[in-house]
Amino acid sequence: MSKIWIMIAKRLGLGVLTLFAISIIIFLATELLPGDLARSILGQSATEETVAAFQRELGLDQPAHVRYAQWLWGAVQGDFGTSLANRRPIADLIGTRLANTMFLAIYAAAIAVPLSLILGIMAALFRNTWFDRGANAVALSAISFPEFFVAYILIFVLAQSGLFPSMARIDSTTTFADALYKTFLPALTLTLVVTAHMMRMTRAAIINLLASPYIEMAQLKGMPPARIILVHALPNALAPIITVIALNLAYLITGVVVVEAVFVYPGLGQLMVDSVSKRDIPVVQAVALIFAAAYVLLNLLADVLATLSNPRLIHPK
Amino acid sequence: MTDTKFGQVSRRGLIKGATAMTAAGLILPFGAGGALAEPKRGGILRLAQGSGSTTDSYDPATWDSQFVQVLNTARCGFLTEIAPDGSLVGEVAESWEATPDAKVWRFKIRKGITFHSGKDLTAEDVIASINYHRGPDSKSAAKPIVDPIVEITTDGPDVVVFTLEAGNADFPFIMSDYHLAILPANDGKIDPTSSDGCGGYVVESWEPGVTARLRRYENYWKPNRAWFDGIEMTAIHDAAARQNALITGEVDVIDPVDLNTVALLQRAPGIRILSTTGTQHYTFAMDTRQAPFNDNNVRLALKYAIDRQELVDKILNGYGSVGNDHPIGPSQRYFNKDLPQRTYDPDKAKYHLKQAGLDSVSVQLSAADAAFPGAVDAALLYSEKAAAAGINIEVVREPNDGYWSNVWMKKPWSAVYWGGRPTEDWMFTTAYAAGAAWNDSFWDHPRFNELLVAARSELDEDKRRAMYYEMQEIVSNEGGVVVPMFASYVMAMSDRVAHPEQVAANWTLDGFRAVERWWFA
Amino acid sequence: MEVLTTLFWIAVAVSVGMAAGWLFLRVLATALPGRAGRVFRSAPISAGFGMLVILIYLLVAILAPAIAPFSEREVVGGQFLPWDATHLLGTDNLGRDMFSRLVYGARNTVGIAFVTTALAFLLGSVLGLLAAAVGGWLDQVLSRVVDVLMAIPALVFSLLLLTIFGTSVVTLILVIAVIDSTRVFRLARSVGMNIVVMDFIEAARLRGEGLFHLIVREILPNASAPLIAEFGLRFCFVFLTISALSFLGLGIQPPTADWGSMVKENAVLITFGDITPLLPAGCIALLTVAVNFVVDWMLHRASGLKE
Repeated sequence: MSKIWIMIAKRLGLGVLTLFAISIIIFLATELLPGDLARSILGQSATEETVAAFQRELGLDQPAHVRYAQWLWGAVQGDFGTSLANRRPIADLIGTRLANTMFLAIYAAAIAVPLSLILGIMAALFRNTWFDRGANAVALSAISFPEFFVAYILIFVLAQSGLFPSMARIDSTTTFADALYKTFLPALTLTLVVTAHMMRMTRAAIINLLASPYIEMAQLKGMPPARIILVHALPNALAPIITVIALNLAYLITGVVVVEAVFVYPGLGQLMVDSVSKRDIPVVQAVALIFAAAYVLLNLLADVLATLSNPRLIHPK
Repeated sequence: MTDTKFGQVSRRGLIKGATAMTAAGLILPFGAGGALAEPKRGGILRLAQGSGSTTDSYDPATWDSQFVQVLNTARCGFLTEIAPDGSLVGEVAESWEATPDAKVWRFKIRKGITFHSGKDLTAEDVIASINYHRGPDSKSAAKPIVDPIVEITTDGPDVVVFTLEAGNADFPFIMSDYHLAILPANDGKIDPTSSDGCGGYVVESWEPGVTARLRRYENYWKPNRAWFDGIEMTAIHDAAARQNALITGEVDVIDPVDLNTVALLQRAPGIRILSTTGTQHYTFAMDTRQAPFNDNNVRLALKYAIDRQELVDKILNGYGSVGNDHPIGPSQRYFNKDLPQRTYDPDKAKYHLKQAGLDSVSVQLSAADAAFPGAVDAALLYSEKAAAAGINIEVVREPNDGYWSNVWMKKPWSAVYWGGRPTEDWMFTTAYAAGAAWNDSFWDHPRFNELLVAARSELDEDKRRAMYYEMQEIVSNEGGVVVPMFASYVMAMSDRVAHPEQVAANWTLDGFRAVERWWFA
Repeated sequence: MEVLTTLFWIAVAVSVGMAAGWLFLRVLATALPGRAGRVFRSAPISAGFGMLVILIYLLVAILAPAIAPFSEREVVGGQFLPWDATHLLGTDNLGRDMFSRLVYGARNTVGIAFVTTALAFLLGSVLGLLAAAVGGWLDQVLSRVVDVLMAIPALVFSLLLLTIFGTSVVTLILVIAVIDSTRVFRLARSVGMNIVVMDFIEAARLRGEGLFHLIVREILPNASAPLIAEFGLRFCFVFLTISALSFLGLGIQPPTADWGSMVKENAVLITFGDITPLLPAGCIALLTVAVNFVVDWMLHRASGLKE
């Protein structure tokens, strides 16, 4: 087991390096984008003079590497600074939005992961039957619709009839039960978006193992198919399934800006897009690092679980 | 001075008679109510708008999107206000007068106005508020319009004197600009991060890009305004989400409405569409310094190659009117009624191409929906129709992101949106005067420039009209801008919401003032 | 009642699809000689249906100019005209023929999606399997680079890249392919890692097999199943990425018809129960289902299961 701990420690160290690399990439990419904060905020009203004055006020007239160094120095000390656009401390800006994003991601995952595992296992068990085909066709149709379109359909069917609100507006006064009710449609949209991918990977990974000699052996022993799949096939199929689940969980945290926009849900995605379009670099950096950290940690978790699921990986020859 | 119709305001009246106009302006909308019930207090208005960014702030130098404009118009007072009929009335300023050359303006500050913090509004506050936008360190979007002010002083406790570098008869109009909010001063400076103001509503909470909650200011000085107890403003960027919020009754008013489906929305029960036509217009601006746009024959060919009516029908769904290649709208004071309407005519377009020595021409037209809603589609329709005249327009869809900094005035021909300005002089000075910061066609026409300066301080009404007529003709025939259409502001509301019969058209939402002018029926 | 009618039509569509799939298989089985014929004879109806749909899409894509009554950009009438004999599926918001745009959309969308996915898989699976087979510092370097790229949300990353590099079709394909290939890399590496610890790889290494041989002959065949499954999905995700990008104003340049943008252009109509936006979305969905039915069949054959 100590090997696992060493691996975790190594990966966490690498994770910090990853975050550092990302902060440079994001900073450079945002710098490379044409225009800067002064120009974007003033928009159509910008003139050379006012842009120059704005840049002086924000310190944007300093060279890029100086600004990056200043940002990094603050970030290392835990100070992510203030938004250039409205001078609010970034911690304030991000706090509730991070909580909202995590809430929605966990909500959607709590529905989607069990659902897709069950459907995937059943599809493998009843492979090539009409249940298998039907479940596949429905799940595939669901993901072939763009997210915003799935959301519109759900709103048309479930919100216009008055069953659920079309806007998922929650704030600090919203109770937990109320929040579950108000965010049901966005969570359902996300569920439809991610389920097919996980379900199909579960099915594929299990079926891939069914021709292995040890499964045939089990079949010849007369073991019931459900038991073969759950006890013998599934544990060995876990690695790719876990990888795909981790990918989708990361997506639920980092990639839901469109769903946020349609349901007017104040999450990190909208903040990121707004900040990119206004070139508010400190906010972009902070959000990008949160996304990256979520991603790194989920992947680490996936790799640890995948390793644990395969003894050969724990004890390489 | 009882007749305050915009088109008939005499110059003397504009300069001297502000008090009379104030009274008329306030009474008019309610007196003409007709079928609508008398306004009454109460209720929380839930208003959803298609703009609002997490980067918005209280700083008046940076107000650019509709969300902040409406929010801050509710929160703040301005020296002057544009009444629903387009005339000018006093707000923080009770009255004003000018020297005969219109170079020195004296504004009398209304007594008894208090800020939400309880502080009395004084002349110092006015001076600090306007000064915030002036000077070399100003980053304000309003800097170009206050630049002509040379000096601001007080004369007694409640008079502020503005000295301009040259006469400008329309100066009081400029003081109604949404950036020029009067904010409390401390040591001669305003605090751009403070939420204090002297408007009808107090900001209780504001999460930029999400929601703002406002409550009625109990000491508001206007007796017949601010009917709602509170306002809840939400930013909903997605057009379909906005419509759904209105249909499901989660908001009371939405703005703007998606024009593709406005006919369907109208059929929904309990929903009313409101549209106002004013100065908002959409343009395709060419860089007149670059070939082929430097040849006026090519510009004319392009102007004849666009089917304006088709654009009004398909892009605006009828909510607008055709433009005549100049920025002055039919509702404006000096709109040139005699100028023939230009229509789609591929033969004339071909003729002008030939005059330019060309059989055909290929140009790129940059557009993005950030320029105006439907800009890319409008460009595509243009391109299809222009092909018949031997004009090959390649439509380039640019990213919405950074459109105003990277495409507008950078690419040789691009789609542009103009909210419009309440006066002819203001509009021409902003976008057509040689060397102006936003002269997006880089146009320099000596006769036009001469007329612009002359008209600004011309006293005789008829002479002034003649000058503006000629300027419109010059822009239409020789300018570098195709103005295909004037777009209405289109809003939708639940039928619980009532508004005066006359709704202002200078900006959307009753000139940004719906929150203080409207009420619940 | 409405629900029943809908169910009835769904049942009809499924039955017709099944019948067509079965017929198609019979035709293939009879027409093709020898082994190929036998393969198709044993194929499930769903696979037959999938192949038939793909074939139809390919024909439509290739013969688009011959099939479409109008060009994809031509304005032929008023807005949102109803379905009739001239305009089979009515017109769109600018008065362009919907049917013609769907037909041309097949060519543009399927072409771009296929090239993008193929590129992404070439890049991703080669590097992923290489990382798994070689291990050590190469694995570390590649994995860390991919980690960094993947940790940036895909949509925001493509937004950044496309704003910097412009939005021509080539950059669009390259940007989506590179971003997608990171996902493929991770899967390929993870599957590969499980294979390289197997005994037969050990044996191959001891035999002194070269790296190329090891990857292509030993690892790839055993890793193909999950990779094929992933291909089926990634292919369809490209449509969605393009659609999401056009939501942000960065998709394929108009007036080129592509289904992703067409869904976006007409999506608001669904709010009022109008089914127009379902047409392009349905085209994407049908192709997705068809491709994955075929993938399932290949997966089944690759697994070596006899049942």
